[in-house]
Amino acid sequence: MPWLTVTTFLPLVGVAVLVAWRGVSDELARRITLAVSLATFVVSLGMLGRFDAGTPGFQLVERATWIEGPNVQYLMGVDGVSLWLVLLTTFLMPIAILASWKVTDRVRLFMASLLALEVGMVGSFLALDLLLFFLFFEAILFPMYLVIGVWGGDRRVYATVKFFLFTMFGSAFLLVAILFLYSSSGSLPGGPTFDVRELAQLGLPAATARWLFLAFFVAFAVKVPLFPLHTWLPDAHTEAPTAGSVILAAVLLKIGAYGLIRYNLSLFPEASRSFADAISVLALIGIVYGAVVALMQSDVKRLVAYSSVSHLGFVVLGTFAFTEQAMSGGVLQMVNHGLSTGALFLLVGMIYERTHTRDLGAMGGLGSVTPWLAGTFLFVALSSLGLPGLNNFVGEFLVILGTLGRNVWFGSIAAVGVVLAAIYLLWAYQRLAHGAAPDGRRHPDLSLREVLVLAPVLAAILAFGVYPKVLLDRVNPTAAEIVSQVDPAYPRFEPPPTVAAQAGTGE
Amino acid sequence: MRTPTIELAPVVPELILVGSAVVVLLWGAFVRRLEPLPLLFVSIAGVAGAAAASVMLWQWEGGLTVLGGAVAADRFAVVARLVILGVAFLGLLYGHHYFQRSGELRAELYPLMLFATAGMTLITASADLITMFIALEILSLALYVLTGSSSRLGSVEGAMKYFLLGAFSSAFFLYGVAMAYGATGSTELSAISRALAGRTGELALALAAVILLVVGFGFKVSAVPFHMWTPDVYQGAPTAVTAFMSAGTKVAAFAAFMRVFNVAFQPLSWDWTPVLWALAAISMVVGSVLAIAQTDIKRMLAYSSIAHAGFILVGLTAAGQAGMSASLFYLVAYAAMIVGAFGVVMLVSARGEEATALGSYAGLYRRSPLLAGLLSLFLLSMAGIPPTAGFIAKVGVFQVAIEAGYWELALIGVLASVVAAFFYIRVMVLMYMREPVADHEPDESPMPLAALAVPAALTLVLGVLPGLVTDVLRDAAVIRW
Repeated sequence: MPWLTVTTFLPLVGVAVLVAWRGVSDELARRITLAVSLATFVVSLGMLGRFDAGTPGFQLVERATWIEGPNVQYLMGVDGVSLWLVLLTTFLMPIAILASWKVTDRVRLFMASLLALEVGMVGSFLALDLLLFFLFFEAILFPMYLVIGVWGGDRRVYATVKFFLFTMFGSAFLLVAILFLYSSSGSLPGGPTFDVRELAQLGLPAATARWLFLAFFVAFAVKVPLFPLHTWLPDAHTEAPTAGSVILAAVLLKIGAYGLIRYNLSLFPEASRSFADAISVLALIGIVYGAVVALMQSDVKRLVAYSSVSHLGFVVLGTFAFTEQAMSGGVLQMVNHGLSTGALFLLVGMIYERTHTRDLGAMGGLGSVTPWLAGTFLFVALSSLGLPGLNNFVGEFLVILGTLGRNVWFGSIAAVGVVLAAIYLLWAYQRLAHGAAPDGRRHPDLSLREVLVLAPVLAAILAFGVYPKVLLDRVNPTAAEIVSQVDPAYPRFEPPPTVAAQAGTGE
Repeated sequence: MRTPTIELAPVVPELILVGSAVVVLLWGAFVRRLEPLPLLFVSIAGVAGAAAASVMLWQWEGGLTVLGGAVAADRFAVVARLVILGVAFLGLLYGHHYFQRSGELRAELYPLMLFATAGMTLITASADLITMFIALEILSLALYVLTGSSSRLGSVEGAMKYFLLGAFSSAFFLYGVAMAYGATGSTELSAISRALAGRTGELALALAAVILLVVGFGFKVSAVPFHMWTPDVYQGAPTAVTAFMSAGTKVAAFAAFMRVFNVAFQPLSWDWTPVLWALAAISMVVGSVLAIAQTDIKRMLAYSSIAHAGFILVGLTAAGQAGMSASLFYLVAYAAMIVGAFGVVMLVSARGEEATALGSYAGLYRRSPLLAGLLSLFLLSMAGIPPTAGFIAKVGVFQVAIEAGYWELALIGVLASVVAAFFYIRVMVLMYMREPVADHEPDESPMPLAALAVPAALTLVLGVLPGLVTDVLRDAAVIRW
């Protein structure tokens, strides 16, 4: 079975059904969507089953000629980096859908948009042909634009247009760079190609490679988002409906970070090294700045949005530290941030449905009114701030450890971000859960549907915190491979040196 | 001077078109009580016959040109003809519906459209500048009348403007032809090319011819700075006519453009490439930027069509097969999306031309999800968002430009697309994110909706499987002489 193709395009079947069936009832539309997304998750588990943990490089590769004129291929493959991001996507999708059961306006369009998003996101992670990747990458734009713009909050139109234009601006450079790479790849043995594995062999002049690196970097930095290109994110997050925020935070941002690892590092290793310090500084600014701004927010959704800026800074920092730990930590942080922040947005959505406010100053007392809801919030907040034993800790720890090995200052400043995260998250919990409920109203505690929404995420948070080895076993070989490509000086997977060899080199 | 042998096969498509036009014209003139449906059928039969005749020319094994070098019998002409005939088919259906709805249906509509189509197809096959000029006049005159065929004030104003500026541009074109003749002693494209090949000095006349012809074609394809007529004419003309001419004229004029510059002035390509580069750049930028300021969707689409002329010119800067096939693909995609978009505009209000202000698109999704969805598809394709034909088309022209070393042009192009995306998504904001204000009843008549399925399907299918046509286009993108 072509696992990758089925995983990617199964949701498209749902889109087709929803678009074609004009008279479908809202309830049925929701159920169809949920069923399709669950089926996709099951298929992606099959892909996990076929994945061989010990091998770096791409697996389950599928190839077909797509366009012949310019040599564009339908080329899909999965490795240790993309594997977990795909699973994260397929795992969170049914949850996001279940969480938006209360959307009643234009349900058919909403559900079709979510499924179309899934196609674009999974495809972006799996495509190995640059043009195919770009196609998926751009195809995400319109459904996300609809999700934010139609079902979002009061300033949704402003937010969605900003999101659309920022992303499109970034990808404009990406497209030119991709086409430029293609036109300079004629010297490869297989002729010109968009195949990222072959393009990595291309020896580009250093100056050209730097410009191309920057073009790729801008596109992905907008998506991550890296300071100072992050300004679209708080708006988009805040205005998006719950499902939109969850997908945006958990998956969409990761496409930026994934792009940096997959394309910037492997296509332009030399340029990556020369820009590494500058990018690390931007990432550090993002970590601290995001945390400080989060600290000052009274809108809880904006707070979580800025915490994303901070957390994604760790991912970028890890990516550009060029050590195996930091790289693996960055990948882990992507997955874990997806789980924790996804859960936070789900909870914020649930709180909003009850209190009809996102203003922390107008909340309070949820700890006594809805103890289960508040307790879950605390649990997720603790995971998000990196409490050992829960998922985020592992990734952040590895990133800081790996970065310390490269640059003590970078590592130390990053650690400040962890401290700040503890402050803003616990303070937010305090403001919404403690004290007396301002309006004295009673709110219902978690409903069964909400428990169903949250339970899988909480389970994953706990499981990956206690036993991150599941993730790491599959990430590490790829991470080591990528690091050794970028930095030939970094020790490869080699047997430990013998005593004789040590004696020979040691003076 | 030898007498030309009469070999009519390569002009059979035009003969069929003109023949059916004459039949329809006489029928309309002599039959007292007008019954429009038979006229439509005859016209469509004419278009279909012309298409069949063109397809048969794909395997033409006679000479490269016929009728004394006046008409080329190559695959390039076949492909360009087929695109134009497809546009004409949709244009006839639209026009029939539109004028019947507005009660202004006159029998002249069908022959005028057929004559215009004959001019368009002939210009793509012209191998001689004189033939080309005649074809240009056939199509222009018919379009001037079609533009003014509604009694609305804007329609007449548009026709007048179109006529004056069109006559102006014809003069430029004709002057260019004269210069070319003066420089080379011939108006045949291949003869001009042979005369110019290897020539180094005394190029002044030839370069003047190049510049004047660029101006003439620039008017017809509405490239900046020769675009001034476009918004007024597109806005003023009845929407069905706008759909027909925005796609048809552009395909026809670009096909002739490509033929003249890749055959006759091919030896001078070093001289004209920078000119096209500049035209492409300013058309993309000016078209995209000015479109933002528009409050009328027809004007907005007009400016977007100006920007698209720029994108197609990007493909032309890379001379040769790659550039031509990329431009041809862009033309096919462009024809599909602009015909589709104007088709939707025509249907947004059942009461005619009142729904062209952008405000009347507010909440369109609530009133007609189908029309909103179709318009979004066409606008996304224009913005170059995958998986649509517009995306593949943009990638194609940028790729050949980069291949030819003009990456700066490609960069200007993608940045212009970002600017352009702004006004496309603004329409979508209105359709999906605002509540309806004006009470237009959208026109959901089955016939035009079914007609819209053609460009919609083409936009999607070419976006997903462009390979279906790229082989044909690559074959067609070689002009031998």
